Amino acid sequence: MMKIFRIILSTFAAILAVAMMATLPARAEVTIDITKGTVEPLPIAITDFLSGDQLGANISGVIAADLERSGLFAPIEKGAFIEKISNPDAAPRFEDWKVINAQALVTGRVTKQGDGRLKAEFRLWDTFAGQQLEGQQFFTSPDSWRRVAHIIADAIYERLTGEKGYFDTRVVFVDESGTKEKRVKRLAIMDQDGANVRYLTNGKDLVLTPRFSPSRQEITYMSYEQGKPQIFLLQLETGQRELVGKFPGMTIAPRFSPDGQKVVMSLLQEDGSANVYTMDLRSRTTTRLTSTSAIDTGASYSPDGSQVVFESDRGGRPQIYKMGADGSNPQRISFGDGSYSTPVWSPRGDLIAFTKQSGGQFSIGVMKVDGSGERILSSGYHDEGPTWAPNGRVLMFFRQPPGSNSPHLVTVDLTGRNLRQIQTPNLASDPAWSPLLE
Amino acid sequence: MRRFEMIARSPVVVALFMSLAIAGCASKKNINSAGDLGLGAGAATPGSTQDFTVNVGDRIFFDVDSSVIRADAQQTLAKQAQWLQRYPNYAITVEGHADERGTREYNLALGQRRAAATRNYLASRGVPAARIKTLSYGNERPVAVCDSESCWSQNRRAITVLGGAGS
Repeated sequence: MMKIFRIILSTFAAILAVAMMATLPARAEVTIDITKGTVEPLPIAITDFLSGDQLGANISGVIAADLERSGLFAPIEKGAFIEKISNPDAAPRFEDWKVINAQALVTGRVTKQGDGRLKAEFRLWDTFAGQQLEGQQFFTSPDSWRRVAHIIADAIYERLTGEKGYFDTRVVFVDESGTKEKRVKRLAIMDQDGANVRYLTNGKDLVLTPRFSPSRQEITYMSYEQGKPQIFLLQLETGQRELVGKFPGMTIAPRFSPDGQKVVMSLLQEDGSANVYTMDLRSRTTTRLTSTSAIDTGASYSPDGSQVVFESDRGGRPQIYKMGADGSNPQRISFGDGSYSTPVWSPRGDLIAFTKQSGGQFSIGVMKVDGSGERILSSGYHDEGPTWAPNGRVLMFFRQPPGSNSPHLVTVDLTGRNLRQIQTPNLASDPAWSPLLE
Repeated sequence: MRRFEMIARSPVVVALFMSLAIAGCASKKNINSAGDLGLGAGAATPGSTQDFTVNVGDRIFFDVDSSVIRADAQQTLAKQAQWLQRYPNYAITVEGHADERGTREYNLALGQRRAAATRNYLASRGVPAARIKTLSYGNERPVAVCDSESCWSQNRRAITVLGGAGS
C-alpha cells in the first residue's frame, strides 16, 4: 500500500522545470472557435518526437490520442506526411504540410540528460501563416513521460482553442469486480485517458463516491470500513486514512469545499431523514446546513464557495435546490418532468450538471444555475453521476446497460457530442475528475 | 435464488442447516439447494435465527421511492414483533435497501428511511426501539439483477437481521 502512494507522489512531483523557448511574436491565425454549436475537428499533424528510441513516437502517440479524444482535433495519419522532420528547431517546409491540409503541425525532440532526466521539447506551427505559435521544454524523470505528453497536449489545446486544457489530470473511481449481486468495490486512480491505474483500497470494505480535494493530494469517500456508511479522507501521498467527524448516524455523499478546508456531506439519522452538514477540517467543527425530515443529499459547492446545490425530495420527488453556503435561503431550481439528482456545479460556475430520471430513462444534463436552459447531453437505461473536467467542457459519468449491473465510464462533450467510453481494467463507476494543477 | 441468498447470509445458519441435513431427516436426500434440505415450516428449532427467517419472515418490501409500510408488510412485522418479544436476547439490525432505479446517494438515504420506518413499526408493536439498530445499503446489495420490476420489487426491502443471542 505504502509503495503505491510513493509512486503517485513521485509522479505528482515529477515535472521539475518548465522553460519557455524563444517564440516569435506571432498572431495566431489557426484557432478553433469552440463557442460555436458545431465544431469541425482541426486537421493537425503530430510528428514523432526525435529520440534514439521508441519514446519519441510514444510521446507523440499520447499527444495525438488526447487531442483526438477531445473531438476538436483530427490528427492526420503519419503515412500521409511528406516532410520527414530531422531538425525540430528549424522551420518546417510549410508547403509540404499545407498540401496534406495540416492546419497545425507539432514537432519535438526528447533527449536523456546526463543526470538521468528526460528533456522534452516541442514546437507548434501554424502551417498556413508559416509561423511558430508555441515552443516549450520540460525536464522530468523518465517514468513520467506520459505526463509530459499530456502537458504538451494541454499546451497545444490551450494555444489553439483559447481555453485551458484538461489532459494532465486524473480520475478517481470505483473499480468493480465479483458477481452481479455481491460486488467487490475498490477505490482506484488513473490518468484521464485510462492509463496508469492504481488501486487505493483492497476491496475488503465497500467504498463509494470518491472525490478529489482541490490540491489533488487528498480524496474524500464513503466506506463501510467500520460497519456503516461513513466519510473518510485518504492522503494520496502517505496512504493515511482518517474518519471525518464523529456523527451519530451514517454519513454519505462527501465533497470538498473549493478551498479544501471543509467537507460537505449528508447525515442519515435514526428518524430516516438526511440533512446536509459541513465539517471544517482544521477546527473539526460541524455545521448543519439543512433541517428537514426529507432526504437532502448530494451537496456540491459553487466554485467561489458562496453557494451549495443539493438534491432534496422535500417537495415529493428528488429535485435540485440551491442555498447559501451557510444554509440560508434554499430555493428549488429544477422544475422539469421527472426527478433530478447528483447536482454538480461546473468549474466555470455557470452550469450545474445532474442526473435526471424520466420516462424510465436516466440522463445526464446541464442547466444554468438558476435552473433555466436545461440541456440533456446523454440518455440511456442508466447514465448517472456526472463529474466535470476542470476546464468545464467535458463531463464523465458512468453508464449501465439494462439488467446487467455492469457499469463503465463514459465522457461526453458539453455540446452532447463526442460520447466516448474510457477503457478500465474492470467494471467502473463513481468517477471524479481531478482539478488541474496550477 | 432469493431463498438461497436469505439463508446464505449467515454462515451460522448454513452450518446449522448442514448439520441438520447430515444428522437428521434430510440425510438421504440429494442436497442441491436450500430448497432440497427437507426442512418444512416448523422444522427449525424454535427461537433460532432460522426459525425467524423461515417461519416468521425476515424481510418486507416497499413500493417505488416509498418507505410506507404496506399492508402485507404490516402482517410480517406484526409476526416479527411477537417473535422478537418472545426472544428478547437477540440484537436486531434492520437493513434498508433500494432498487437500482435511483441514484447512489439518494438510494443510500432511501434505504435508511425504509430501515427507520421498519424500526418504528416494530417499536409500535412493542419491540423496544433502543434494541433495534438501522443500517442502509442503498442499491449496493441487490437480491436479483435484471431490467424489470420483477427484480426491482425484490430489491426494495428491509431485512430484520438478528445478532448473536444472549447479547
